[in-house]
Amino acid sequence: MIFISEDKKQRADGRAYNELRPIKIEVGVLERVDGSAYVEVGGNKILASVYGPKETYMKRFLRPDTGVIKVKYNMAPFSVDSRKRPGPDRRSNEISKITADALRPALLLESFPRSMVEVYIEVIAAEGGTRCAGVTAAAVALADAGVPMKDIVAGCAAGKMDDQIVLDLSEVEDKEGQADVPVVIMPRTGEITLLQTDGNLTDEEFEEAINLAIEGCMEVSKVQKEALKNHYVQNLEG
Amino acid sequence: MYITPEITRENITSLVNNDKREDGRALDEYRNIEIETDIIPKAEGSAICKLGGTKVIAGIKPSIGEPFPDTPNLGVLMTNCELLPMADPEFEPGPPSSDSIELARVVDRGIRESEMVKLDELCVEEGKHVWILFIDIHVIDNCGNLFDCANLAVNAALKTCKLPKAKVVDDEVVLDEENTIPIPLNHNVALSTFVKIGDKMVLDPSLNEEKVLSARLSVGITESGSICSMQKGGDEPLTKEEIFSSVKLALSKNAEILSNLD
Amino acid sequence: MAYYLFNHLLVGIYLYGVYKMIYVENKDLVIPGEVLAEDDFYSGRGTFRENGKICSSLMGLVSLRNRKVSVIPLKSKYIPKKGDVIIGKINDVKFSMWNVDINSPYSGILPASEVFGRDKKNLNRIFNVGDVLFLRVVDVDEVKKAKLGLKGRGMGKFKGGIIVSIAPTKVPRLIGKKGSMINMIKDKTGCKIVVGQNGLVWVKGEKDMEQITKNVIKIIEKEAHTSGLTNRIRDKLYLDIDGEIPEGLDDEEYDFESEVNLSNNDNFDDDSNNHRRNSFANKHKRFNKKFNRRNSFNKKYELEKPRLQNFKAELEQEELEAKKKEDKKRNDDFINNLENIEKSKSKKSFNLNRKKSGFSILKDNF
Repeated sequence: MIFISEDKKQRADGRAYNELRPIKIEVGVLERVDGSAYVEVGGNKILASVYGPKETYMKRFLRPDTGVIKVKYNMAPFSVDSRKRPGPDRRSNEISKITADALRPALLLESFPRSMVEVYIEVIAAEGGTRCAGVTAAAVALADAGVPMKDIVAGCAAGKMDDQIVLDLSEVEDKEGQADVPVVIMPRTGEITLLQTDGNLTDEEFEEAINLAIEGCMEVSKVQKEALKNHYVQNLEG
Repeated sequence: MYITPEITRENITSLVNNDKREDGRALDEYRNIEIETDIIPKAEGSAICKLGGTKVIAGIKPSIGEPFPDTPNLGVLMTNCELLPMADPEFEPGPPSSDSIELARVVDRGIRESEMVKLDELCVEEGKHVWILFIDIHVIDNCGNLFDCANLAVNAALKTCKLPKAKVVDDEVVLDEENTIPIPLNHNVALSTFVKIGDKMVLDPSLNEEKVLSARLSVGITESGSICSMQKGGDEPLTKEEIFSSVKLALSKNAEILSNLD
Repeated sequence: MAYYLFNHLLVGIYLYGVYKMIYVENKDLVIPGEVLAEDDFYSGRGTFRENGKICSSLMGLVSLRNRKVSVIPLKSKYIPKKGDVIIGKINDVKFSMWNVDINSPYSGILPASEVFGRDKKNLNRIFNVGDVLFLRVVDVDEVKKAKLGLKGRGMGKFKGGIIVSIAPTKVPRLIGKKGSMINMIKDKTGCKIVVGQNGLVWVKGEKDMEQITKNVIKIIEKEAHTSGLTNRIRDKLYLDIDGEIPEGLDDEEYDFESEVNLSNNDNFDDDSNNHRRNSFANKHKRFNKKFNRRNSFNKKYELEKPRLQNFKAELEQEELEAKKKEDKKRNDDFINNLENIEKSKSKKSFNLNRKKSGFSILKDNF
């Protein structure tokens, strides 16, 4: 239950407390992959791409009863204010893992045993909330690749800033804010597949944040579906 | 490892021998080039270059650092390249492959040896503080001829890159983010890559043409027409005549390529 | 009477209810997770059941047949099925088999026994790495590895031509209703075309025609689900080849249902392309007469499938020669040996002496 109180303050970038940054999603932007998507959320620019299901040389990851998913999240050196050294670090390894965990419940890979779906997420420009935008992009890329799925997962974060719960923290808000709660859901059932929290929240605030984040995910999901349908309608109409 | 089907090899070779190509281009014809600049808000200079289906992003991050001891009054260029796994099913995640290091070094050589960037103007305080330009090449889609595409992306990014004015106050560098200056440049450099298929030299190879090449030659030429860098690759040798004719062709194509940067 | 009416009313309500329980129409574009129907319907390909609802698991087009809801994917990977005819590329030559890339998450193997019985000599002399073959899936094991064979008309190695790759789900559209599309392209361009169910297409003809065919196939892939595609492709072929579209062409309507049937058909017929062509030959004769076209291409290139290389005979020939050589050598050796024995007998003492110093023995053997 989200209550709209009078004393909600305006945010630095002029958004309302429950307003997302502008989202743009494009489908099928790369040539050599099986599926790809490009997502812009505010100043975030993220490319996601999918190979597979395919055979792989990494046999030890494979399972005889179902297909598996592997995610690699990477930030471009020029995506952040001070240049990031190329290559994986602890942060990107963790995000790779939780992204795979967020996508896995939605996948139906039983018909592809001993195969692997590879997802590569590349942050070209970062401006807060890249993990949620990355999952959003990856889900669209998976749908584009024709990987069977129960649902297209969507991600969005809520947070606490100036003692107020707000949706979709930007980079500035994230740095100054008191808490950040990224959430990824399966929109049809509302089940949560990714949840992290860092910061300090009371239990009421936490509940409010989760509800607000789910509302945001629903908005994101609409944009995802529209982008997918538009892409193929364009293709179908030639 | 990807294995090229034998009939594709035969088909491309026989097409080239008849002065034709898979995509209907002439042997000395470039694919469509599109360049977009200032695409990354966090990078001081950035550009994406699309050469046909090939897409390369270049980003430039400057920072203040110490000069090399042997060139105390010159700024520093650092070029790095990542062949992202999403660009090609054959590119694997992990430390840079020899291919990506070669690509970074060939592009770097063109910029460095042509003295494209006025490195002496990137010096803030001799021997202590100079600008270090980190040039990062991100290959996101490989449909052939990464060399030329990456070179154009880097050229475009350098052209739009803005540095904050730097002053030395009490032995420390103070940056004035409000006032920016463009990177001082002498001229641009074009790279033209040829591959030898059958007995012919082919400009701007597509992916399939790269797969069946016997030799490769990249020629870097400045706006003023001086040859500044060259790289030969591939398993087979090239004759002197092939090299000379390729360089001549590259010279004649130079203005056309560089016109894409304006 | 009242009871009878009441009963009818109940049935009516029931039917109305069933009617309302489907949320999509035939040929609707759906995305993964979209709810298609309530539980009363049967869940077909590309769908799954959850909490009494049938949902789509793929990006694709809805197909409704006899209360069965399925989704035909716009993109998907090829999964090998027994009996499929496919195009594969030799990736590796092993001791007694070839590894074949079949454009799928799973690779195929072509056992040497499928090619030449029990002998397994000189595998790479028959098919080498990079060769492209027309194959049949003989069997698929529990880990989906496909065992391939060459039994069937026209199976074997391709010589020349080009390979065009399309999404495997678009293959039925490329073939068309009873082969209408593929035969039209073959007729107009004079190219030989072989379609593998794994989405690889082999085209051979004049170099220009190969390019035209390739472009047309790519258009079919892109616009597979649009109506009137056959006619548009026909017009494009006329434009590209003749430079003009003749007047008075009949418009054939494309039937979406037929494609559903095709793609659902698990057992793609034996030499499917051929069968279709034969059954369609009559219609095409009419087609040709009607428009009084130049038939020069058809004369130059007879529509035929690639012939299997006659490697069995070649191999036998080679082996025969090898055997002859061996026999001859054996005879020679035998004679030589005899001579040697004679010699060694006479030099026996000498040899013994030499064996004592290791170095000279080495030198001798050299």
